[in-house]
Amino acid sequence: MDTSRSPLEATGFSRKLAATIIIVYMIVTLIPITWMVATSFKSVDSAISYPPEVFFEPSLEGYVNLFTNRSRQPKDYLDSLPPPDTWYEELVRSREMVITGPSKFLPRYSNSLIIGFGATFFSVFLGSLAAYALSRFKVPLKDDLLFFILSTRMFPPIAVAVPIFIMYRKLGLGDTHVGMIILYTVVNLSLSVWLLKGFMDEIPREYEEAAMIDGYSRMQAFFKVVLPQATTGIAATAIFCMIFSWNEYAFAVLLTQFNAQTAPPFIPTIIGEGGLDWPAIGAGTTLFLIPVMIFTVVLRKHLLRGITFGAVRK
Amino acid sequence: MAEIEIKNLHKSFGDFVAVQNSNLIIENKEFFVLLGPSGCGKTTTLRMIAGLELPTSGNIYLDKQDVGYLRASQRDIAFVFQLFALYPHMNVRNNLAFPLKMQKLSRSEVDAKVLEAAKLLRIDHLLKSKVSSLAGGDRQRVALGRALVRRPKAFLMDEPLGTLDAEFRELMCLELRKLHDDIDATTVYVTHDQQEAMSMADRIAVMNEGVVLQADSPKVIYNKPKTKFVANFIGSPGMNFIPINEKISPSQSSIKLLDSSLNIPQQKEGTDSNENFLGVRPENLKLVSENGVKGNVFGVEYLGSRKILTIETQLGNIKIRVDSDTQVNINEQIQFDTLNNNQIIFDGSNDKALQSDFMS
Repeated sequence: MDTSRSPLEATGFSRKLAATIIIVYMIVTLIPITWMVATSFKSVDSAISYPPEVFFEPSLEGYVNLFTNRSRQPKDYLDSLPPPDTWYEELVRSREMVITGPSKFLPRYSNSLIIGFGATFFSVFLGSLAAYALSRFKVPLKDDLLFFILSTRMFPPIAVAVPIFIMYRKLGLGDTHVGMIILYTVVNLSLSVWLLKGFMDEIPREYEEAAMIDGYSRMQAFFKVVLPQATTGIAATAIFCMIFSWNEYAFAVLLTQFNAQTAPPFIPTIIGEGGLDWPAIGAGTTLFLIPVMIFTVVLRKHLLRGITFGAVRK
Repeated sequence: MAEIEIKNLHKSFGDFVAVQNSNLIIENKEFFVLLGPSGCGKTTTLRMIAGLELPTSGNIYLDKQDVGYLRASQRDIAFVFQLFALYPHMNVRNNLAFPLKMQKLSRSEVDAKVLEAAKLLRIDHLLKSKVSSLAGGDRQRVALGRALVRRPKAFLMDEPLGTLDAEFRELMCLELRKLHDDIDATTVYVTHDQQEAMSMADRIAVMNEGVVLQADSPKVIYNKPKTKFVANFIGSPGMNFIPINEKISPSQSSIKLLDSSLNIPQQKEGTDSNENFLGVRPENLKLVSENGVKGNVFGVEYLGSRKILTIETQLGNIKIRVDSDTQVNINEQIQFDTLNNNQIIFDGSNDKALQSDFMS
């Protein structure tokens, strides 16, 4: 018998089993993403060719189409134009088109950034204040209050779409950044209050008591002593809130149109000649993945700690 | 530094009364220990002095000023927590500087004060370290440093040595007491450990069930406890209580124990109760060969320099402290007698010690 191994460690077989499951899961998850990224580098023709091309000549056509509006022109008109100045104009001309201007992708993308980060900031900020109060003070009807907060997430948010739509129209919040930030903040708040309350409960009161004895007000103690210790929880909560507001589709379709439309409702509407422009959609989705990916990678250390935080007493 | 006075202090949490009408005066430069079993209200009292809890009724005076209902930040006192409460996201220097940052001092003044406190506690080489990398004793020193860096009127400590291991605790006891003397502090120290209390305190207040039973010097607390609880709580083992089935009258100077009579210090008070107790410490009993109280040896605890015998008698189990080279066997028949004339009679009706020649 092998006694060099601790009895708490996994055996060789269960390790191999775990590794196999992870690898299979990884492949299943990564295939669509890989296909999407690959599509973004295909030409329009090769993207819809059958059988699908696994090996293809990479092209930036999708990205060019994503960022530009183009119009088809007769050959003699194209010939009469001066030679193209840039590589992307050349690419467009080779498809017998000219660039007529930038597309709406960039404004939609920046709407997503503003609304996504704005809603995340406010959900975490307001959530941490509420969580702190619920964790530390005698709040009348505290348990009922907490249950009420939780109950706002017991139905899918879209269930209240109609009243929200009418309310937003009356209040003039429809198709505004502020409106969308408020909406996503409210939807995220219940998650954020509950998650953060758990983290706040773990932070001993002595820290803020020490600060208050040392001459700080409770508010100062909260910001200088409690919040820095809740970074783990804040990071984990922020990731969840960010992923929700970044990906949200239904409300964005319903409530935004011109001014505050985010990227999710915009990307599928990219239409080329004779149907959907798959490489451009692939390009849009690939670019859309990047911010939330960076955000998660930056905070991943905290996320992992966040999941196990409080499980074992330190 | 400061004098702290507590007047009729009362605190209840719902139905639970944590502190009952306590009165205490803690003098300037005194090392004052609040001692008692857990749940006796000592920590609640300390937290009320600090301003972390508000009294239900009563007053707290700091240098004659009523601070009972002021915020903690307005009282100019420092608190050392049992778990130290060092801020883990700051290094040692920033932990020490944290209380000073509210005082609108210049950077160089803050640095000077931090360095002074660090040198006093011999942690100046650790200033740049992370708190999490420190050993228990160094964390303790940083916590003390953070308390004394702004030279508050008083130090309040809530079992600050509770989490240290035994060996280190003794060392820190000495250091704490020396620190207290060096900086002329007024210290209120909470503990449930009587050894800590006895070794450090100028005066000890023993509390139980929210009531201050006695506040005196360690010597008086040990030798002349005013109640049965104090007599039993202080000393290890605690005092023996031998039931006496007679009414005690003022000026009485002997009592009947089984068939023999025993001299006691002349009493100045009597009792109405017929069931009273004779209190005698284990070291004030001795083994004799004749004319003593008879009993069987029930247990022997060997403690190095001495032995504690538990004797089964008709009066109940009695503990006696003897030299460790005394030869006794379990179940052996022995006799014992009192050693000094310092017994205390406790009134069975209220567990209070009676006044006598010895007690006063």
